[in-house]
Amino acid sequence: MNVPDDLKYAESHEWIRIENGIGTVGITDHAQAELTDIVFVEPPKVGAVFAAKSAAAVVESVKAASDIYTPVSGEVVETNPALESNPALLNTDPFVEGWIFKIKLSDPGELDTLKTPEAYRAQISE
Amino acid sequence: MSNRTSLFDRHVSLGGRIVDFAGWEMPVQYSGILDEHRAVREAAGAFDISHMGEFFVSGEGSTAWLDGLLTNRVAKLAVGEAQYTLMLNERGGVIDDLIVYRLGDEEYLLIVNAAKIDEDAAWLGAHLREGIVFANRSDEFSAIAVQGPIARGVFQTVFGEALPVDRNRVIKAQFEGADTFVVTTGYTGEDGFEAVIPISAATALWDALIAAGAKPCGLGARDTLRLEMCYPLNGSDLSPERTPLEAGLGFFVDLAKDDFIGKSALAAQKSAGLATRLTAIAVTEKSPPIRSHYPVWTHGEAVSETCSGALSPTLGHGIAMAYLPVAIAKIGQEVEIEVRGKRYKASVVKKPFLKRN
Repeated sequence: MNVPDDLKYAESHEWIRIENGIGTVGITDHAQAELTDIVFVEPPKVGAVFAAKSAAAVVESVKAASDIYTPVSGEVVETNPALESNPALLNTDPFVEGWIFKIKLSDPGELDTLKTPEAYRAQISE
Repeated sequence: MSNRTSLFDRHVSLGGRIVDFAGWEMPVQYSGILDEHRAVREAAGAFDISHMGEFFVSGEGSTAWLDGLLTNRVAKLAVGEAQYTLMLNERGGVIDDLIVYRLGDEEYLLIVNAAKIDEDAAWLGAHLREGIVFANRSDEFSAIAVQGPIARGVFQTVFGEALPVDRNRVIKAQFEGADTFVVTTGYTGEDGFEAVIPISAATALWDALIAAGAKPCGLGARDTLRLEMCYPLNGSDLSPERTPLEAGLGFFVDLAKDDFIGKSALAAQKSAGLATRLTAIAVTEKSPPIRSHYPVWTHGEAVSETCSGALSPTLGHGIAMAYLPVAIAKIGQEVEIEVRGKRYKASVVKKPFLKRN
């Protein structure tokens, strides 16, 4: 399983990439492999405010709907328009083209509570 | 309680994702539901259906006995033919839907749903008549369904003979010396067969079918395939509280028969008129996959809920079945299906969703 070194991870299998106080969030390669064929993504609304670890999006495979949790608190500033026509980007390119939303961090200190790539690798290899 | 079929090791070694289904550890998918669904529509897929039950009925009077317990007319089957039928309670509600195969003049095979094996056997046992031999032999048999446009070729390769041309047939065939019932029934809408084989020979048969070109398929694809055809799933679309008339299965109910359990309730329901009917609903805008228990709205009111639903892999839009009041259970009726608080436009369509030539 691919676990890029430049990202932080949540125990619930989301990743976050930080650039200028904005976090880009998606699901990990491990998560997409577990969920299998992703056929629908319901992103959060731009402007919505979430507390860390709350359900912000829904990802649906043929078989089941799964909540996606924001790893950090903040306001959603952008969602990935490409997922509307091609939700399978979460399967084919989960860390780049398959990002789900961008969130403006209200408490950057929360990043310290997330997992490092090493810790996340250990979690999924259990 | 957790049962494993004789093919469990194969499911694991082929990368099957194992889930609990009616107390059985079954593969929900191997390569992916969409891929498997497509394989069945375009080539051939193999499904382990060993969890289903095999009952045998024989003895003088078997035909009449079954005709008193099942909705369809068993007596009209010739030896070697099969029919879809239902077993009802006294209120006309569905205990189970099953297929009856006439093996001999007074000899039958019944294939029943996994979740209902014990209940069906108890029901039949409680109504047993002198001279009828009823045997639940579900523990002795495995079963594999091979479905798809090339399933016929797979059969020829593996069994060295031609599959019967017609649907709803049963023959006895040999696979590596094992006596096998081969039936031309299925749950996908495709051509194909199901092989009921002694457990000891099942793994070798599975391997041979896969080698001959059938792709391993799990319960996930089985569900999307059957729903595109509007084949009901007992426990979701059928229940003891719903009659086959409400479920739109009147074709499989012969009210002209002398009697069968549930007949008087159905006759009364028919003369009084149905209150609800199981309808096919197609979502007409982009939507999340539809699942069971989603509210169905019309004229600003939630009037029902879906009993089955999916994102049709073949059609690319949401599909569902729901019991609707007869006044709105009409082709073209506009409804809405609610998903997570948002309503999506849909309309009642003619069954099945997938139109075949």
